[in-house]
Amino acid sequence: MTERAWRNWYLIPYGIWLVLFVIAPIVFLLYESFLDIDGHWTVANYENVLTPIYLKMMAYSFWYAFLITLVSLLIGYPTAYWLTKTRHKQLWLLLLILPMWVNLLLKVYAFLGLLGTYGLANALLQTLGIGARQLLFTDFSFVFVSVYIFIPFMVLPIFNALEELPPSLVDAARDLGASAWTTFRRVVFPLTLSGVKAGCQAVFIPSLSLFMITRLVAGNRVITLGTAIEQHFLVTQNWGMGATIAVVLMIAMAVIVILTGSGRKEGSR
Amino acid sequence: MKRMQAWGRVYLLVVFAVMYMPIVYLMYYSFNSGGAMHDFQSFTLKWYRDVLSDDRLLIIVLNTIVVALLSAAVATILGVIGALAVYYVKRQRTKNALLALNNVLIVSPDVIIGASFLLLFTIAGIKLGFTSVLLSHIAFSVPIVVLMVLPKLEEMSPTLIDAARDLGASHWQVLSGVVLPFLAPSIWAGFFMALTYSLDDFAVTFFVTGNGFSTLSVEIYSRARQGISLSINALSTLLFLFTMLLVIGYYVLSQKGGRLYGIGGRK
Repeated sequence: MTERAWRNWYLIPYGIWLVLFVIAPIVFLLYESFLDIDGHWTVANYENVLTPIYLKMMAYSFWYAFLITLVSLLIGYPTAYWLTKTRHKQLWLLLLILPMWVNLLLKVYAFLGLLGTYGLANALLQTLGIGARQLLFTDFSFVFVSVYIFIPFMVLPIFNALEELPPSLVDAARDLGASAWTTFRRVVFPLTLSGVKAGCQAVFIPSLSLFMITRLVAGNRVITLGTAIEQHFLVTQNWGMGATIAVVLMIAMAVIVILTGSGRKEGSR
Repeated sequence: MKRMQAWGRVYLLVVFAVMYMPIVYLMYYSFNSGGAMHDFQSFTLKWYRDVLSDDRLLIIVLNTIVVALLSAAVATILGVIGALAVYYVKRQRTKNALLALNNVLIVSPDVIIGASFLLLFTIAGIKLGFTSVLLSHIAFSVPIVVLMVLPKLEEMSPTLIDAARDLGASHWQVLSGVVLPFLAPSIWAGFFMALTYSLDDFAVTFFVTGNGFSTLSVEIYSRARQGISLSINALSTLLFLFTMLLVIGYYVLSQKGGRLYGIGGRK
């Protein structure tokens, strides 16, 4: 085979994969979204999506995803920042992301015990004199568990961005008389914005589609777009409606990716 | 400044404590002779015996591992081919288009991937079960391997290939003797990433798994929906130990490669 033939050969298996598992599923999803429950052509699904019930659900879904992202960022940024200041930072980083390798469902399951009526969280609240509360099956538990799951995805890109920041820039700012806070606000934070963007994308997008957490620890109180898609596909078998919500979610996602730029690519290494 | 450092330490300590709390909690109560995740009564290994004598569960564990290993292996091969394909494309526009398509499965929420694959398999007439789960795990692992191998490929000095070709090496010899060894650390990192993606996946598998076939995540989900059972705790302890072994292997490999690759994709 000539050099050129080799190069083209690589494109064949990869191209087949792209067509079968990337392009075809999207086309099928689009096609299905125009079918009603009996398989007839219709645009009723899209009309349905625009009814107040679905619009409200979408608004809730985005609101929760926003909340989860915000809390993850508020907790994750300082974590990444202090991690870069530790001595064996690569080891500490590894320790921080180690829980990521524990099966997602097991972690969610653990919170059933931790946040339960007799769990550790309530025992703690009682010793503090606040008294036991219903923690499980609330909005709070949903956001808390989601943040717990996603925090490594926020910390990692920010950590990488902080690592790439030249220390001389910080020194220069300090030498010129900037306070620690000013240095952070005017130098460190703007220069690590790509990591922040990557982290926010890595948290926000999956947050829209959580359905196991809503089912297990939020007790179906929180219905996200993900929950609705799962419901339509696997419970009510109304695939057309499920596909329509998926298409809407995909469009929303594309808009987010375009708006926040391509930060994710840099940060996900 | 010194005081800030101290506060930073305290902050990190709290974060670490919270991160490990659920795992420690699960492990601790896996030895509880009482049947709940509170009120520790006395030490018992009963739940471990339960897990180890539960044939159905062991088959599911085996399924999960087989799917993970197979899908990671196939995805790694496909991913390396994909990275080479993208690397050799000369036109920047085509390259960007390929990369954009490549990234679709990374940025898509799991639920959408699951639902669209369910549609795909139904239309293609593939029976839901082992095959559909394996195919989808391969499918969603390929792009991450491409993304991990490609930067390393771009980093490779072209003179290395020119030298090999000047010395009369065929394309295959260049590939197997120069390019692949150079890429080895990132290929291994990609393999491990694909492995962890597969082991951890719940949402996609949940959509494309049929009645007779189950993986651990799906099984834990259905058991957890029925309430707390301490055999899940025992299982999680065993899995955690197994995971530790994997991570140590991964750590050693990534140290060789110089940095922790590609952690932090989707969930």
